[in-house]
Amino acid sequence: MNINTYTLLTILGCGLVTWLSRVIPFILVKNFTVPRPVIRFLSFVPVAIMAALFIESVLSFKPGHWATIEWPQMLASIPAFATAIITKSLLMICIVGIISMAVIRYFNLGM
Amino acid sequence: MNTELTFQAGIKDVIPTLLGYIGVGLAYGIVAQTSHLSLLTVALLCLIVYAGAAQFAITTMLVSVSPITTIILSVFLINSRMILMSTSMAQYFKQESLKANIAIGTLLTDETFALGMNKASITNGKLNFKWFNATNLVAYFVWCIACLIGVLAGNLITDPQALGLDFAIISMFIGLLYLQMISDRRRKLSIQLSVVLVVLISFIIYGRFLNTEISLLLSVLTACLVGMVLEDEH
Repeated sequence: MNINTYTLLTILGCGLVTWLSRVIPFILVKNFTVPRPVIRFLSFVPVAIMAALFIESVLSFKPGHWATIEWPQMLASIPAFATAIITKSLLMICIVGIISMAVIRYFNLGM
Repeated sequence: MNTELTFQAGIKDVIPTLLGYIGVGLAYGIVAQTSHLSLLTVALLCLIVYAGAAQFAITTMLVSVSPITTIILSVFLINSRMILMSTSMAQYFKQESLKANIAIGTLLTDETFALGMNKASITNGKLNFKWFNATNLVAYFVWCIACLIGVLAGNLITDPQALGLDFAIISMFIGLLYLQMISDRRRKLSIQLSVVLVVLISFIIYGRFLNTEISLLLSVLTACLVGMVLEDEH
């Protein structure tokens, strides 16, 4: 068990900027009235963020090139999406997703 | 998920997302172990930084001994979407104390944010500290334990991806995105789909020229603006 100053400072610095990004908006919103247009703008954030995080996982980005499709992830998304429509159960969606991915990797599909 | 907003309901509601934390946490622990990070370093990263993608980035940069300022700036960029999520989530906690707000913000993640927004669309826009704190605490605890087990098991499991566990988190976003779109009756489905489409197109265009984190953030901002304009026209 050892840790050097460089590693420790890095962790503390990264922790601080992450914590401030998480907490300052809560403090500001608590103390100031947010204008209506901003609230309307923010109401689109959940769907947009979730879509972006999903897209980031199924596409491969490299500056200077067009994004390419990560086929294993893209293929495994299909059964997961179908499960979402059929069951609407988050747990089922995750289980089907994991199994689909394991099967795809086992048979080297989409590689 | 139902409309109940107790501590117990929070624990129950967060369970499906735990597969994602466990899968990615184990994978992270294994990567950290193969990068020769000590158990103490991983523990501190989980406890203090507590952010999946950022932890992977920090690990890579620690191995290549990057300057501290470069690492911190990269982490800020990766986590900049947090600012948007926190601002958006904070609307639901204005009636809670400042301490409660800070507590919620401190442990907010992509997953608990998405889960909370799903809950809010079911409860007609109501959330409280008890429920959200329960989901946050369970997620935090499970993430830390999963990462540490990953470090310890690093020698045993050579290829965590073969098990498909890393896909748990993507499945979760598929599920939460779908449930969010169909459960929010305050907004037309056609507008929601347009927002998703704008994210896709703008992300691809920005991603051609800029780094992924900035592209992600800009595409979200673009989609929110387009969403507002589209809703005005209806």
